[in-house]
Amino acid sequence: MALRTFIKRNLILNNKCPLRISQRLSHFTFVPDTVSASEGETQRMNLFQAINNSLDIALTQDPTAVIFGEDVAFGGVFRCTVGLQEKHGKSRVFNTPLCEQGIAGFGIGAATAGATAIAEIQFADYILPAFDQICNEAAKYRYRSGGIYDCGSLTIRAPCSAVGHGAVYHSQSPEAFFAHCPGLKVVVPRGPIKAKGLLLSCIRDKNPCLFFEPKILYRSAVEQVPVKEYTMPLSKADILVEGDDITLVGWGTQVHVLREVCQLAKDQLNVSCELIDLVTILPWDKETIAQSVKKTGRLLIAHEAPLTSGFGAEIAASIQHECFLNLEAPIERVTGFDTPFPHMFEPFYMPDKWRCFEAVKKLVNY
Amino acid sequence: MLPIRLARFGIRSVAANCKRINIGSLSQVAREFSSDERPQFPGSRSQWTEKLEFIRPDLYDGIPVYRVMDRKGKVIDPSQDPQLSQEMVTKMYKCMTQLNTMDRILYESQRQGRISFYMTNYGEEGTHIGSAAALDPKDLIFGQYREAGTLMWRGFTLDQFMNQCYGNVDDGGKGKQMPVHYGSKELNFVTISSPLGTQMPQAVGAAYAYKRSQNGLCVMCYFGEGTSSEGDAHAALNFSATLDCPVIFFCRNNGYAISTPSKEQYRGDGIAGRGPAYGMLTIRVDGNDVFAVYNATLKARQVAISEMRPVLIEAMTYRIGHHSTSDDSTAYRSVDEVRYWDERDHPISRLRNYMLSKGWWGDAQEKEWKEDCKRQVMTAFARAEKKLKPNWKEIFTDVYHEMPSHIREQMKQMEEHVQKYAEHYPLKNFTKD
Repeated sequence: MALRTFIKRNLILNNKCPLRISQRLSHFTFVPDTVSASEGETQRMNLFQAINNSLDIALTQDPTAVIFGEDVAFGGVFRCTVGLQEKHGKSRVFNTPLCEQGIAGFGIGAATAGATAIAEIQFADYILPAFDQICNEAAKYRYRSGGIYDCGSLTIRAPCSAVGHGAVYHSQSPEAFFAHCPGLKVVVPRGPIKAKGLLLSCIRDKNPCLFFEPKILYRSAVEQVPVKEYTMPLSKADILVEGDDITLVGWGTQVHVLREVCQLAKDQLNVSCELIDLVTILPWDKETIAQSVKKTGRLLIAHEAPLTSGFGAEIAASIQHECFLNLEAPIERVTGFDTPFPHMFEPFYMPDKWRCFEAVKKLVNY
Repeated sequence: MLPIRLARFGIRSVAANCKRINIGSLSQVAREFSSDERPQFPGSRSQWTEKLEFIRPDLYDGIPVYRVMDRKGKVIDPSQDPQLSQEMVTKMYKCMTQLNTMDRILYESQRQGRISFYMTNYGEEGTHIGSAAALDPKDLIFGQYREAGTLMWRGFTLDQFMNQCYGNVDDGGKGKQMPVHYGSKELNFVTISSPLGTQMPQAVGAAYAYKRSQNGLCVMCYFGEGTSSEGDAHAALNFSATLDCPVIFFCRNNGYAISTPSKEQYRGDGIAGRGPAYGMLTIRVDGNDVFAVYNATLKARQVAISEMRPVLIEAMTYRIGHHSTSDDSTAYRSVDEVRYWDERDHPISRLRNYMLSKGWWGDAQEKEWKEDCKRQVMTAFARAEKKLKPNWKEIFTDVYHEMPSHIREQMKQMEEHVQKYAEHYPLKNFTKD
């Protein structure tokens, strides 16, 4: 019989397959941001639409801006560049050959020569071939030339983090590798409103920026996004929930996990948590975190990336130095394990709300 | 063939799944496909063959080496003589010899512990001056590290070279990098960086930006035959061709990558052999023949800009000097081999012979220029040596466009430390606040 009929009859509709991909529960619930009425007209947008909107604004306002990478011409594998080639032309939105080191190097050169270069790396997992160009070249361009050359108008975007089934090479969160590289900026949005403003800030920032977009949020994160042009400040952490007992720090998708942890802590332990979205990994807003920890005395950092030398390590080291006498308990980190990102075992790998909740209990009962 | 396959799946089901094709046009396509003349694969542009035959890589002799002069500096085909003016040719000669003199002095200064490191350009002066002279001074140059002559041609002064090598307070690079990592915004020469080949895809991106800005310029990218093995080289050549970028790739094939001879670097027809494979206009030239280099670069530039496409030039030459002051090449090659190139096929002597044959140069001028040149180099050298280094707080500048608070904090901590432990830091060599 035809293949399609075979699949329909035997695998999908009979519900014998225990875990249909589409049935797996998400480990978080997205909580949308809202904006005040003074921000003007808004439009319902998901994350990829907000990013698309931000790119459109950048190209409309800056005639030197160009977008390039693998498959961006038809709209991109995550639809972030849909419609942009039609609107702005083939010389401004174009495919490159399949080569991340080439994409990054090309972007650096275009930026050096005066263009606003917006590069897309198809998955953050594949940014590593570009590591030499990003860290040895882009990050050091201004410094090593005594300031006479720079590639500040370079922005590199890449989808990152867990998506439910991405496994080893479609789930990585590589922010820690780049946090170790002075000269770069590294930014991770938690939703569409932040993404639109942060991306525009990165594009306009006079330093090479990496913008990691949590891919699971592309469709599931929907907000009423202001249609006007706006930017959001880099290196400024957001206090999303105020609290007195514990400081929770995360970024990207993890912010939404931590929101639920706040609620669980409140409901089950009567513990008031202060939730902070770090937003920018490098340079990071140490002051906001330190101020919060001086108030609460307890810190939980959570991220999907592995534990050892994850960015939580930097936050923990800095905060224990800044706030040593204020700490009531050792700093907790709830993270991915020190393993590559597994496929079938994702529900066990993720720093889910139960592992975070357990860490909250440890902090409170220390 | 194809019509039969369509029938098996059922034309209707295929068409139903192809939203853009209707049944009428599908049978028309089937008729065209069945004509069978050429392969129809989207990635193919060639013919069929029924012969099982592998292409031998040594099938042909290799791309020939273009030259204007013989090894003695005599023009072979007069139509290829670029007929440059006496003034221009004399400038070329003086630039090459001044470069050579500066190299000798600075190499020696490293040996004496005055500067930390140096790389000479012996034997490759022709590749620098011949190509730089054919460019527009506003064409952006991305170099590797052995192209100082291109900067010298454009007007980088002896003082500027030496300030960078000494890393003193007048170094444009603010003492951040090792010697020979020159850069100049005014002279459109992007600051050198040590990682090899990274400049190549950057040159392509810059050329693309130039194309979009319609500024009528091109980008020049120098690299060695060793560097052409790097992944970035492949990336650059491929991107430049697919994205139609006005960039000239100039490979200095000098026979060695430190100790690795070219026969251990590649097995094919050098770097030029790769150009056509990338879809690129390609030429191989005698790098020790200043006029050949000039002619090829001039033509390459015209093509790159008028046709918006990349051009590959492989300039064959020989690295007469050691790789750097950290290298002693007698460990891997014979003194006789080096002597051959120095005495029998040197860009400077070939050009001098040309000038002599034109009556533009003589022994008296040679003597006078040699002394003048040496004096200029020595006085610049003395000036550079005397200067202080930049203020040590330059460590913290230019990491970002603006100094972020965490770097400012580190600078402050170090300021306090240096105040407390001042006698343990070489402060007297550095400019004060």
